[in-house]
Amino acid sequence: MSDLTLTTAAATSPEAAPRTPPASQIGLRGWLRANLFSSWINTAVTLVLAYLIIRWTIGFIEWGVINAIWSVPENQTQACRDLRGVGACWAVITEKHRFILFGTYPYEEHWRPALVCLLFVGLYVVSAMRRFWRWELALVWVATLAVIGVLMWGGVLGLSYVPQERWGGLPITLILATFGLAFAFPLAILVALGRRSKLPAIKALCVLYVELIRGVPLISLLFMASVMFPLFLPEGMNIDKLLRAQIAIILFAGAYLAEVVRGGLQALPKGQYEAADALGLGYWQKTGFIILPQALRLVIPPLVNTFIGFFKDTSLVLIIGIFDLLTAGKTAIIEPAWQGFGIEVYLTVGAIYFVFCFAMSKYSQDLEAELNRHRRR
Amino acid sequence: MSETLEHIASAARTDAPPAILLDKVNKWFGALHVLRDVSLSVAVGERLVVCGPSGSGKSTMIRCINRLETHQEGRIVVDGIELTDDVRALDAIRREVGMVFQSFNLFPHLTVLENCTLAPIWVRRMPKAEAESLAMHYLERVKIPEQAKKYPGQLSGGQQQRVAIARALCMKPKIMLFDEPTSALDPEMIKEVLDTMVGLAEDGMTMICVTHEMGFARTVADRVVFMDRGEIVEMGTPVQVFENPQTDRLRLFLSQILRGH
Repeated sequence: MSDLTLTTAAATSPEAAPRTPPASQIGLRGWLRANLFSSWINTAVTLVLAYLIIRWTIGFIEWGVINAIWSVPENQTQACRDLRGVGACWAVITEKHRFILFGTYPYEEHWRPALVCLLFVGLYVVSAMRRFWRWELALVWVATLAVIGVLMWGGVLGLSYVPQERWGGLPITLILATFGLAFAFPLAILVALGRRSKLPAIKALCVLYVELIRGVPLISLLFMASVMFPLFLPEGMNIDKLLRAQIAIILFAGAYLAEVVRGGLQALPKGQYEAADALGLGYWQKTGFIILPQALRLVIPPLVNTFIGFFKDTSLVLIIGIFDLLTAGKTAIIEPAWQGFGIEVYLTVGAIYFVFCFAMSKYSQDLEAELNRHRRR
Repeated sequence: MSETLEHIASAARTDAPPAILLDKVNKWFGALHVLRDVSLSVAVGERLVVCGPSGSGKSTMIRCINRLETHQEGRIVVDGIELTDDVRALDAIRREVGMVFQSFNLFPHLTVLENCTLAPIWVRRMPKAEAESLAMHYLERVKIPEQAKKYPGQLSGGQQQRVAIARALCMKPKIMLFDEPTSALDPEMIKEVLDTMVGLAEDGMTMICVTHEMGFARTVADRVVFMDRGEIVEMGTPVQVFENPQTDRLRLFLSQILRGH
């Protein structure tokens, strides 16, 4: 085969330089031709969509930038009302951004939740870098979370005490999501392993857990945590409402993540288990060194899918009266002067959610490529 | 029939206790009777080749020896330890018995070197540096030390199988089991793997090898076992088994094998 090509090539021109493909096939022109203008119907669709996209973009820029009002004097929103539908009233964000971000946390202490948010972001960034993936990272987590607790509650080191009922906004969302996923993920791994266990009792327990939790909506779990659970506690004993919601979220996310992890476990060929057994590795050695590293790599996309879903699902705590980012945004526009400016507030809150979710998504793509390098030849 | 088998088995080598002893082993997959009264004794240092048509139970038999499959009746004694549900006995046996699979089963997320050092470090509690030099020693032995830093997916099938052999050897096993080690390989790669196995046999390793490579069986095997439908049908030196088959089943099998070659 290769001999044949060699001889024909040699016959035509012995030292022919490699030719580039025709200009119409490569570069921007080739791409446009292949993807946008390959037939009259494609050309028509391209033109119609291009028109709509340009119209919409111009409209959005006019509304959001050119005609927008950025600030108004002391709750005087009449100027904004006059421009309804023509220009955005970003004054609502200028005025209310601290409430949206930090809820009812005492105004003069806002630097504390702000620092907490920065600490969370820093923690994510450090944890995302593979060169910090050592056991010391666990210490960093414990230390950071302790600092975050001190900052939020206060009551020590000269910080004034702030009861949990007054926390709100972005820190609540980050606390619920971070603790939720940090505890739900290990739980999920154990449950997924348990579901494949040879011990019938463990297996039954894990199946029961997954099916029970998955069978009810998160909202009903949150209600149970907030309304029913305290009824079963002895008199005088009280568990923090945020903690109860947190546990409900951990249990719920754990069940979903467990099924994702189990999918990865099942995708591994039986030979991997057998080879580990034949080498004399014990169960936890086999699981830790051979099975989980491969299974988790396989399920990075659905895993991150679930992570992102739960990051946003933390907003459901609004139904039990916890002030997360979305609820704070909603509450910010209850005041009569600012009623009717929901679009601006929701766009802003949505943008904050998007930044976190998109970062997760982007990071997972890089991680996937990095960790699956061994599959490339 | 069974008397002759026992006669051959006992006559096979010295008086030392056997490395592996199977005594009337039976196994079923559901209702399917896959091992029927299999009795076999393998002496220390003996090289045994097991052949037979597919579905004859030969793989199942050697997988019972390191308990990747459990037998339901009879006794299996490996290196003086009887295989039972006792976990410690199982751990002890798996440390002493190396296995090479038809489909290599290397760990794709670990480098060749890590594949070789994982079990010595964690099962034998060997220091990392020592495990690595041991691994390099065996990788040189299978003639691929230069691939140590690569991942299995970057190697050819023959190279992967040689890594699998090195990985098993790094545990310094007393016994090696080969389950059709060349069946998944392209013809030009079979030789490099067989050469490695011949070298191992010359060093006096106790080996049981399920294979259809008749040339390998003739040059290396002390004894050849022919299995069919879960039974050991014939057993003897390669010359006895290949030149002078006693049963129709073996004659049929040999004619099919030879036609295939």
